[in-house]
Amino acid sequence: MDSPYTTVIGLEVHVQLATNSKLFCGCSTQFGAEPNTQTCPVCIGLPGSLPVMNRLAYELSLKTAVALNCEIPEFTKWDRKQYFYPDLPKGYQISQFDLPMSSGGFLEIHDTKDQFEPKRIRITRAHLEEDAGKSVHDEVAGKADSEIDLNRTGTPLLEIVSEPDMRSSAEARAFLDELKLLLLYIGVSDCNMQEGSLRVDANVNLHLETDEGKIATPIVEIKNMNSFRAVERALDYEAARQYRVWQETGQKIGESPKQTRGWDDAEGITLGQRSKEESSDYRYFPDPDLAPVTASPERVHEVKAGLCELPASLRSRLLSEHGLSLYDADVLVNQGRAVVDYFLEVAKQSGDSKSACNWVTQEILRILKDREISIGDFSVSATHLADLLLAVKEEKLPKSRAKDALELMDAKNIEVAEAIEQLGIEQVDESALMTLCQELLDANPKIVADVQAGKQQAVGALIGQAKKKNPNVDPGQVRKICLELAQKD
Amino acid sequence: MLRAATDEVIWCRLFWGVDRHNSDRYFSMSLLEHSACELLQLLEEGKTSSVELAQAYLDAIEARDSQIGSFLRVDAEAAIRRAEQIDRRRGKGEQLGKLAGLPVAVKDVLCDRETKTTCASRMLESFRPPYDSTVVAKLKAADAVLIGRTNMDEFAMGGSTENSAFQVTRNPWDLERTPGGSSGGAAACVAGGMAPLSIGTDTGGSIRQPAGLCGVVGMKPTYGRVSRFGLIAFASSLDQVGPLARSTQDAALLLETIAGHDPQDATSLDVAVPKYSATIKQPLKNLRIGIVREHFAEGLDAEVETAVRDAIKVYESLGATVKEISLPHSKYAVATYYVIAPSEASSNLARYDSVHYGYRTDRAAMLKELEEERKELETAGDQAGLNSLDSPLVRMYRQSRAEGFGPEVKRRIMLGAYTLSAGYYDAYYLKALKVRRLIRQDFDAAFEEVDLIASPVTAQPAFKLGAMADDPLSMYLVDLYTVSANLAGLPGISLPCGFSSGGLPIGLQLQAPPLGEETLLRGAYMFEQATDWCRRRPSLER
Ligand SMILES: [Zn+2]
Repeated sequence: MDSPYTTVIGLEVHVQLATNSKLFCGCSTQFGAEPNTQTCPVCIGLPGSLPVMNRLAYELSLKTAVALNCEIPEFTKWDRKQYFYPDLPKGYQISQFDLPMSSGGFLEIHDTKDQFEPKRIRITRAHLEEDAGKSVHDEVAGKADSEIDLNRTGTPLLEIVSEPDMRSSAEARAFLDELKLLLLYIGVSDCNMQEGSLRVDANVNLHLETDEGKIATPIVEIKNMNSFRAVERALDYEAARQYRVWQETGQKIGESPKQTRGWDDAEGITLGQRSKEESSDYRYFPDPDLAPVTASPERVHEVKAGLCELPASLRSRLLSEHGLSLYDADVLVNQGRAVVDYFLEVAKQSGDSKSACNWVTQEILRILKDREISIGDFSVSATHLADLLLAVKEEKLPKSRAKDALELMDAKNIEVAEAIEQLGIEQVDESALMTLCQELLDANPKIVADVQAGKQQAVGALIGQAKKKNPNVDPGQVRKICLELAQKD
Repeated sequence: MLRAATDEVIWCRLFWGVDRHNSDRYFSMSLLEHSACELLQLLEEGKTSSVELAQAYLDAIEARDSQIGSFLRVDAEAAIRRAEQIDRRRGKGEQLGKLAGLPVAVKDVLCDRETKTTCASRMLESFRPPYDSTVVAKLKAADAVLIGRTNMDEFAMGGSTENSAFQVTRNPWDLERTPGGSSGGAAACVAGGMAPLSIGTDTGGSIRQPAGLCGVVGMKPTYGRVSRFGLIAFASSLDQVGPLARSTQDAALLLETIAGHDPQDATSLDVAVPKYSATIKQPLKNLRIGIVREHFAEGLDAEVETAVRDAIKVYESLGATVKEISLPHSKYAVATYYVIAPSEASSNLARYDSVHYGYRTDRAAMLKELEEERKELETAGDQAGLNSLDSPLVRMYRQSRAEGFGPEVKRRIMLGAYTLSAGYYDAYYLKALKVRRLIRQDFDAAFEEVDLIASPVTAQPAFKLGAMADDPLSMYLVDLYTVSANLAGLPGISLPCGFSSGGLPIGLQLQAPPLGEETLLRGAYMFEQATDWCRRRPSLER
């Protein structure tokens, strides 16, 4: 597919850190409380109140930055970003400007659908800041009243800014998926987009080869995207729109100010927003109420050493040590560490990674999904599932009955041996099976004739009958024997 | 005019303009004469009660403050109620706080949940904080009787208290003159015998300068020594709360009550607080006093210079050695201060946007006006004008702030917004921070050689009210001797060291290295003991 342009994408992701209290006060960060009930003089900026840093928020951001391979300076400070808005009660947001707590990292992305080569997306910086409140505009009956909820004000956010290293919506999606997975693995955020714990803005423009040489279109910032799917759609829409605009106007980067556009998910379009911030000067300066924060190289090393195994490393271990496909490894890793651990245990105890993978990715994940439970709430332990796999391998349990056995084990909370017994499963003797098949053929001369005429699928009807006579028979074996016997006749 | 009235009877007659020979009344008047430390003793010995004491001061306020104007609000009933509680507890033999039963006045810039906190601004005229500042909480915990809230320059911006949105405060020594500022009410109420102790704040000299002009003791502690939690910020990196009192001993008592680490203030110092009142009477041996060459330059009033030089001679007579030192960057201190302080102020005052609390313009009138402007522009076909017309929200901000803030506050917000703006930040704010560091380094070097630095507090005694109304720059220069301590974070004290020929107090400033409050107080006490300037009181008689 040859596109006349290259889409250039950079992302800004705001992640709400998983602290119980806000960044500079003791108020709760719980989502969904009655408006303005989770506030205090500090977060609503009452005169005389002073911020005191929540150490946990810094530790979580440090963990994230280290996991994103960022450099951690020994010294970071707080700055005030100043602007007037009703949901910003101090008239400034406490953020980090020129000395962020981290910079210069990267995140590796890959695509299981092979739409792009694995690549490294550079992270420009990650910095901590406090969230603003929420304005609710009620413009019913022309009253145009606005209401403000300050529950969210002061919630700790980590802003992660990427370099414009992505070249398609698929790459942007992969970056977001991988980032979210990483954040969930290290436990720094619940990444719940619906509750605003993870927010994405995208900067996008096009690079084109023209007769005048390489040119770029003006950069547009897209906001208001409420899901990763929306990000993909918005980027695709915006790239096409920019190309169309360029064809119409020929406008290049620098010829118009940076524009902010909002994504309208229902209409599937981006709309220009009032460019209130275009010429704004935030008058950043160091917040005199807060002391700078220091992180010694030893501390950073400690954090690095204390990190859990990250998704990328886990994925490659599943590939190299367990021979899984990238697709399967992805499915497992995306389910989170607990599922991966479950798989690893089943694989270890059964000695069969391939079967373990099939069982976990197909049966177990389906059950979890159907019942909307997590692996921790699933009653069949990894050991018991491994026993089931071994029973199949040792032919104590026909493959065809394995799912029944699993269901019983789950429902009655029993081990595989007991399930086999309760299901009345016995090994069917080869000669008994031969006799059974011969009886069936004798009783169905038409099928025999069909088979002999080359319609092998006709034996299918016999399999059902065989199972009725003896539920322990293996359908595969019945088919095989029936075909052999029919052709002998 | 009265000079030195040590005789109590004469003092009372002159002070109140009447003879008071009724014995009860007389005793109540003499209560006003005692130092806070003496009053505590009288309370402990049962020679007076908290109620009697509170009543004496409330009477004094009643009688005197209509002329002086030091208090914005006095809640006599609440004060008496509080005093009664303390008396009752004392009667039961309960353990009481350090200031049990002593009236204390508080500058109207420290949050107290029991009263409004206005910062002498229309903007906060009706603001009642839902919490106590740490200093107020400590005063309450020490069983002080908070008798009233004192006047100040609006948001502590000014040196004469004339920037108060509500009232003028007059110097008890000369009612035509300023008490100084911004803690003008805090100094005037102590000088005028209306409170034995008072709390002020000092961002560029706002405790020491009015203390100097009113002839009382005022102290700015080391930055971080006293919690700023609940102190409505003017310039966060410079603001410090401190005591005003009639004597250094009283100042020490009040300081040790309010000082100490506060986990709610990230800039508060986690250092133990010495018991200043226990050591204050120990003279400093081998004291080395520094005098700064640059301080005795052009612009210093001759009488002030003489008084300060005489004070230094007193120290010499007490065995101190005097050394001339140089603070080469001090000449940039005022300029540096007037970049840093307005920068921080412009940010700190951004929260007064009329959205959540505080003054808000009349909405209906505002919308009507806006609509009229729109129609006018439409009629004129002025599209550019229409495009730049405020939204109702922006107009609400603009108009509320225009009406809610006084001119000096607006001037500083504009200065600060300018010095922090893109393109000017490096040239002004960043440069000011660098000079600030150099100023501190000058002091660090100086304190290698001396223990205390002595200087004037102000170049002149109290000036006439209105004298600088149209000259903000001259008003800024009033801070010449005091701003350096704020920029460097050092403690400084102002104490009376003489009077002008016109009968106006002259102040001596002593500065010490960071956390050198103990040295500062002991040094000041030595001078106080050797002279009697502290014991002089103003008179109403002209
Ligand atoms: Zn809060």
